Amino acid sequence: MNAVFTLIALASLIALTIVSPETAFLTMISGVRNAILLMLKLAAIYTVWLGVLKMMEKTKIDKALSRLLRPIVKRLFKNESDEAYDYVSVNLASNMLGMGGAATPAGIKAIGAMNADGERATDNMILLVVINATSIQLIPATVISIRAAAGSANSANIFLPTLIATFVSTATGVVLCKILSLKSEKTTQHAVKHRSSNGLTGVFANTQGKKAKR
Amino acid sequence: MSVYILPVLAILLIIVCAFKRVKVYDCFLDGGKDALALIKTIFPYIATIFIGVELFSASGLSAKLADLLSVPLSYLGIPKEICELILLVPLSGNGTIALLEKIITECGVDSYPARCAACIAGGSETVFYISAVYFSASKIKKLRYAIPVSLFCTLLGTVVACLLCRLF
Repeated sequence: MNAVFTLIALASLIALTIVSPETAFLTMISGVRNAILLMLKLAAIYTVWLGVLKMMEKTKIDKALSRLLRPIVKRLFKNESDEAYDYVSVNLASNMLGMGGAATPAGIKAIGAMNADGERATDNMILLVVINATSIQLIPATVISIRAAAGSANSANIFLPTLIATFVSTATGVVLCKILSLKSEKTTQHAVKHRSSNGLTGVFANTQGKKAKR
Repeated sequence: MSVYILPVLAILLIIVCAFKRVKVYDCFLDGGKDALALIKTIFPYIATIFIGVELFSASGLSAKLADLLSVPLSYLGIPKEICELILLVPLSGNGTIALLEKIITECGVDSYPARCAACIAGGSETVFYISAVYFSASKIKKLRYAIPVSLFCTLLGTVVACLLCRLF
């Protein structure tokens, strides 16, 4: 993230300084202004959807949804707590129903509830992000309405290509994540083995140390 | 038909709440409290991404880069009119919609590039935004392969969409 941002910011600033130096800072500030406008919109969306999510929690509908999706979710995301599975289920269900406003808060909570590994994202967290970043879009409502407003002869004929394309990208994402996580699993297993092969003396020394302290 | 899905679900949910004696008013109060806290956590991430996006497009760099990329992308069957859209899609949702409208007015709504652009805008998510926001409330700093895999899959989806727009 840092490398990408530094590269974009540096290259753009150099280009701007050459073309129109007076706009360089104004551009950055107008970027933040746009961000604040978006935050305002998001604050409204999240308030409504978090209220809805709260109702789902209180009525235990989220648990029912989670039970419904459990076979798939458990197969995709291994070894997580029930709380994490509940949030993941709500996140995936809202994605499928096109409720982006509910998907984001549930996704953030899901990542918070997953088992962490220091500052490194775990394979399950990455899988969740990839599924969301390539999310299957059942009905691209905004785009269809833009096309209709522009006077398209058949505004909905992009529906099937969009569905197939997002399905391909999500399926590829899941497969790639699984392949890459197998790879990292192997290296961690290897590391554990390595540690245990000369770990016995280490453990022994440790207990002795503790005893000595006492 | 699909316009009824969300309101009907909301009505059903409130009816269930009434049956189970869940306090609907309190739920929305909690929602508002959570929403503001959430906004506060994700604000720095979104602001920073927007600084980058604004610089990227205002400097003309995105248009230049799109020009350069149009040749290799044309081998993948992607028309040159939508190359800038492909660069902007992972960065900004609003930018994507604005550019889609521009492509529609320039090429005509039912032209091949405009249909490709509509598929891409309709089926893609803002990869950088999602990656930053989803991890914003946790201590995670190293995203490992999250962004490369997401970007690759988005590009693959784009190629498939362009191919399918030729057929349909």
